Amino acid sequence: MARDSQAALVALNRFGFGARGGASGDLINAASDPRGFVKADLARPFAVLLEAPGLQSTPQLGQAAFAYQDQVKQAREATKAATPTEAPAPLPPADPKPDNTLRRNLSLNTVMTEIAGQMAEAKPADGKPADNAMKPDGMQPSAAAPAAAKPSPQPLNVIQKTFRAEALARLQRAMMVDCGFTERLVVFWSNHFCISASKGELARMWAGAFEREAIRPHVLGRFADMLKAVEQHPAMLFFLDNQQSLGPDSRAGQNRKRGLNENLAREIMELHTLGVGGGYTQEDVTSLARMITGWTFAGRQGKLGAPGSFAFNANAHQPGRQVLLGKTYEATGLAQGEAALADIARHPSTANFVATKFARHFVADDPPPALVARLRDVFVRTDGDLKALATALVDSDEAWKAPLTKMRSPYDFLVASGRLLARVPEDPGGYLNNLNLLGQPLWTPAGPNGFPDTSAAWAAPEGMKLRLDIASQMGARLGPNIDPLDLLEFAAADAASVETRRTIERAESRQQALALLLMSPELQRR
Amino acid sequence: MIDCVENRLLTSRRGLLLGGASFAAWAYLPKFARAADGRDPRLVVVILRGALDGLATVAPVGDPDYAGLHGSIALTADGAHPAPMLDSFFALHPSMPEFARMYRDQHAAVIHAVATPYRDRSHFDGQDVLESGYAGPGRVQSGWLNRALEALPRGERVSSGLAVGPTTPLVLRGNAPTVGWAPVALPQADDDTAMRLVELYRHRDPALASALSQGLQLEKAASGDDMKPKPGNAVAQMRQVARGAAKLMAADDGPRIAALAFDGWDTHANEGGPVGRLAFLLGGLDGALAEFESGLGDRWRDTVVIVATEFGRTARINGTDGTDHGTGTIALLAGGAVKGGRVISDWPGLKPANLFEARDLKPTTDLRSVIKGVLQSQFGLSDRVLAEMVFPDSASARPMKGLVV
Repeated sequence: MARDSQAALVALNRFGFGARGGASGDLINAASDPRGFVKADLARPFAVLLEAPGLQSTPQLGQAAFAYQDQVKQAREATKAATPTEAPAPLPPADPKPDNTLRRNLSLNTVMTEIAGQMAEAKPADGKPADNAMKPDGMQPSAAAPAAAKPSPQPLNVIQKTFRAEALARLQRAMMVDCGFTERLVVFWSNHFCISASKGELARMWAGAFEREAIRPHVLGRFADMLKAVEQHPAMLFFLDNQQSLGPDSRAGQNRKRGLNENLAREIMELHTLGVGGGYTQEDVTSLARMITGWTFAGRQGKLGAPGSFAFNANAHQPGRQVLLGKTYEATGLAQGEAALADIARHPSTANFVATKFARHFVADDPPPALVARLRDVFVRTDGDLKALATALVDSDEAWKAPLTKMRSPYDFLVASGRLLARVPEDPGGYLNNLNLLGQPLWTPAGPNGFPDTSAAWAAPEGMKLRLDIASQMGARLGPNIDPLDLLEFAAADAASVETRRTIERAESRQQALALLLMSPELQRR
Repeated sequence: MIDCVENRLLTSRRGLLLGGASFAAWAYLPKFARAADGRDPRLVVVILRGALDGLATVAPVGDPDYAGLHGSIALTADGAHPAPMLDSFFALHPSMPEFARMYRDQHAAVIHAVATPYRDRSHFDGQDVLESGYAGPGRVQSGWLNRALEALPRGERVSSGLAVGPTTPLVLRGNAPTVGWAPVALPQADDDTAMRLVELYRHRDPALASALSQGLQLEKAASGDDMKPKPGNAVAQMRQVARGAAKLMAADDGPRIAALAFDGWDTHANEGGPVGRLAFLLGGLDGALAEFESGLGDRWRDTVVIVATEFGRTARINGTDGTDHGTGTIALLAGGAVKGGRVISDWPGLKPANLFEARDLKPTTDLRSVIKGVLQSQFGLSDRVLAEMVFPDSASARPMKGLVV
């Protein structure tokens, strides 16, 4: 069979997570049938689900978080009762004293909660001692360097443990898949419908479950189903404040003298579906906000259902019919907002917005207009069939002909490096640290618009310098045991440029050669 | 708690971004930096991302409708946390004592009921308009500050620069070269490896060659223990980043014109009044301004700091003790070069009929006029350059006079 290494690079890097090292034969397989290699992923829709021992459902996780919070509260009260000015009780490792910088578990949220009472949103802070500098052990399995890498850490609490377990499951999956196209689709949709773990404890607890439950089942399904699953997921309702939003004329709104919060409604239209300029007005935002009042999750008391599960609170729902984008929706309770979402999902602006973002992510910052038009038509014709959308992308000529100009995101870069080095992590710490450093903390974008998706964002001076530092650390640790030229064969073979090959051959050490390989344009661009 | 162990094991650049800041600066000194009159003007642009509640920061307590609209989070001039009066009408948030002091010393001013030309309510478009300087969204190739730099006579190259974060903020993106710096807590790649990679990029990927070379230079320029990240909360990080920036900008060969951004002002729920979430953030901003003042030392007298945000928030609080996206807000000026001690405002009033679309503070001042006024006074840019290059199609927004001493 003809071998086309250049097309193999497109298959592996543009659509997937890059070639695995070792005996995978990824590059050879991709070169013999590039399109088939990518599309094989699409033929296994159940393989995109992520179920690993220990990963729990959103209600289970919510209940664990509630229990943990209760425990912290009790410990704090017990401490207060005993010695009002002393350090907190030993039990849960959360520190309610904001000004004690020597405490390991100090967090901004604790500070803000103290200051603001019940305020929930917070920004990452840093409460660690200065000498506890980061260890760039991105590729280091914990078996080789167990907890010793982090000097005498306090035990992790359930939220930290959960976040790490979810992160590890995602990373291990990314290391092991053949091409990785469906995993890349998961990352794309997860960023499109992002939440941020920095919102608060529940968001951090639910970040992984949100992706497993609301994104993965629909990555090869229907957009409308994903939209509904996302907007009704407790993580999203918490992230964009909808659990606090009350219909002004609802019973709860009247009793509690509180009312609407239009945060989620606006982002649904601006970021999730129609896109800004997609033809909606402030009136539409307010109207959708009213329609989704009552969309919440059951709290710790379980009055609305199993704690931590989605619930429709009719008492908080704004009564009456609503008009959205010119259409009237009767007062049908939960079904009112669901009907609106279903209509927004098939709005022409949504098709256009999604097609453009999809092509921009996979092909080019300024994607070929003909490709965008074709993807939009497929989206419309199939009523938002995301598998059809992905297939149309792989079938297009543009996706194979466009030069590899996209910069790998930090996540792509770290995962691709790990795959090439054939290191399946046993501990997510190194990856999480490096993602933080490179500006893409896992499941924690700065805003609801997610991480940027253009090359300019990731090829900035600071970012490149940091990538080099990280690549050098990997080289220093792993270089002695590998042959960089073998890795170049796995990664690019004869698609590697003469200059890259020569640079690696002439490196002064294997360590240096590995760093240069990981930083080569063949590994950085996709 | 927000950040579990992986966020706490390091002070990440993103941590600074999220909790604090991103910076960039022009890579050159303006040629007149050492002109005969000894004036050596400096400019810092601080972007507050997320839409600052101007009515909660500089409260029109003299407006009879204010207290009712801002409800549970309204400021008052008396009570447990009194807001200091700036004049007979406006009061300043009590968590900004440093700004209050600068204001009393006539080195700080407020412009109220101000807005960019953007009239919708998307953060991202709003920030694009604020930073790009174009009259509408969709133009993200360059920012107004960068285009202002293009119009300045270029002197020596700065030998140190500053920028935090893997991305340059739009306001300073464009043709004029910029530099960046960020603190690192990571062992560095050795020079030889770096040079080999730059060489490879030169042949195969010039864009990456340029980015990496810049990144390497900056790291060298800004090394020094004071610049290393230290633990702390978002407020401490805002201060720390400002301190590093001020130190670099105070140097004779340091950058003169810089931008930074603080995130986190999107207070939809539980915004808080004199204490609470917004108070916490304003305290950070106040601390950052104080750091610039002390860090710039003698140079503070030639400095203007502009603080601006993409739009304001609803005049009436929403159903969750916060505020939703609005329109009119404030801009702040601070620095020894500011002709301060004034709240500059053509106050539109807060009666329902006076509100923009019956919900937001109506903007009566174009933010571009404020910025143009500062750029003109600090750097002598002409009306024409300001109206065509820096803020295209903005002739109607005349530069505001008399903002700078």
